[in-house]
Amino acid sequence: MTLAEVLAIIEGKLISAKVDLSAEVMTACGADLMSDVLAFTHAGTLLLTGLTNPQVVRTAEMAGILAIVFVRGKLPPAETIALAEEKSIPLLASKYTMYETCGRLYSANLASCGLFQVTADNWCNHASPTTNPAS
Amino acid sequence: MLPGSSDQRVEVTKLQELVYELKIDQVMTRQVITVRPDTTMRQLKEILRLNRISGAPVMQDGTMVGIISIEDLIKALEAGDIDGRVAERMAKQPQTIYADETIMQAVNTFGRYGYGRLPVIDRDGNLVGILTQGDIARGLLRRLEIDYHEEEIHRYRASHIFEDIASDQTGLILRYKVQPKDFVHCGEAASRLKRALERLGAKPSVVRRIAVASYEAETNLAIHATKGGDLIAEVQPERIRIVAVDTGPGIDDVEKALQPGFSTAPDWIRELGFGAGMGLSNIKACSDEMRLESKPGVGTRLEIIICI
Repeated sequence: MTLAEVLAIIEGKLISAKVDLSAEVMTACGADLMSDVLAFTHAGTLLLTGLTNPQVVRTAEMAGILAIVFVRGKLPPAETIALAEEKSIPLLASKYTMYETCGRLYSANLASCGLFQVTADNWCNHASPTTNPAS
Repeated sequence: MLPGSSDQRVEVTKLQELVYELKIDQVMTRQVITVRPDTTMRQLKEILRLNRISGAPVMQDGTMVGIISIEDLIKALEAGDIDGRVAERMAKQPQTIYADETIMQAVNTFGRYGYGRLPVIDRDGNLVGILTQGDIARGLLRRLEIDYHEEEIHRYRASHIFEDIASDQTGLILRYKVQPKDFVHCGEAASRLKRALERLGAKPSVVRRIAVASYEAETNLAIHATKGGDLIAEVQPERIRIVAVDTGPGIDDVEKALQPGFSTAPDWIRELGFGAGMGLSNIKACSDEMRLESKPGVGTRLEIIICI
């Protein structure tokens, strides 16, 4: 899905000045916990978040996130925009809630990104309530 | 270049930069074919054909007196005046351009007047070359190729450092300082390490694991270490060892700290999207080996090994 399509589906706003709207996102993830974002595996992912501080851009840089959508009508402060510009990570915004923004994109067939294998294995090993989740 | 990638944007900017940077004498044709005022149009036709050019300055006693082009030749043919002289058909006082002007000025002049070529003169008025739009395109391409080649060499050198520098065990040590409670710059160490590894030619999937692990480790130093700490990466051809070390306060219960979800981070850290007790499990998920040692009141040492 191209960023232009994403913008249309979420009826969003473009925050970054120079954006290549033909860039393709393969998957998406929604999270307000940056450590969780870092635990997702796929590069080329679209991140949906309600956090607007510069650490979101840092996280995106490390995790190989292709673009960021701020949900719930939040707009990022200038330092976040500046850092995103420096790292060439496009910033978008949606007036809808996290749930609805994700739902719109998911309904339009934008797949979810996956978890690290270790995290997924953990789920299988510890899913039963009788098992102690501590390891 | 990948289409639609950020590289493409960089390339366009690079081209714009070159248009302002390159001087006309770097791209012009120096060997100028000239004709004389008494050259006939028939002779001109042969000169243009043999030299594969579409026009020429007209020179008399070392001074440029006009310019004649293939269009003037066509007009002469239409008028049945093929044996007429160049002097009668040339454009007098041709538009010229200085050799030390930029390509941008030439592009503007071409755009404004629609000429096919511009005679290039030095500041003393001597004809030193001729410039066509083809010369500009060729000059820019040549320059881009040189720049690209230099960049390639640069990258090659960085990625072959371990082959070029021989020892029984070669390692590259990169040390980054992490300031306490500095969440404006937190992430810069991991960002710089990531870039260094890309330069060294590490695989993108490995770079990503190292970036995530070192970013989490850096965040931990910024959140918890009283005086900040050091993030030290030791790069070897087969593996990278990252050590995050600080001088306190130390961890009371290392076992507990390793449990996913356990955190002692304050609320303001949580508001930034961190401090949910996922850092160490993320680091573990990204690394091949992880060791955490700590002594309350002394400090903490986290060691991660990732195979390249």
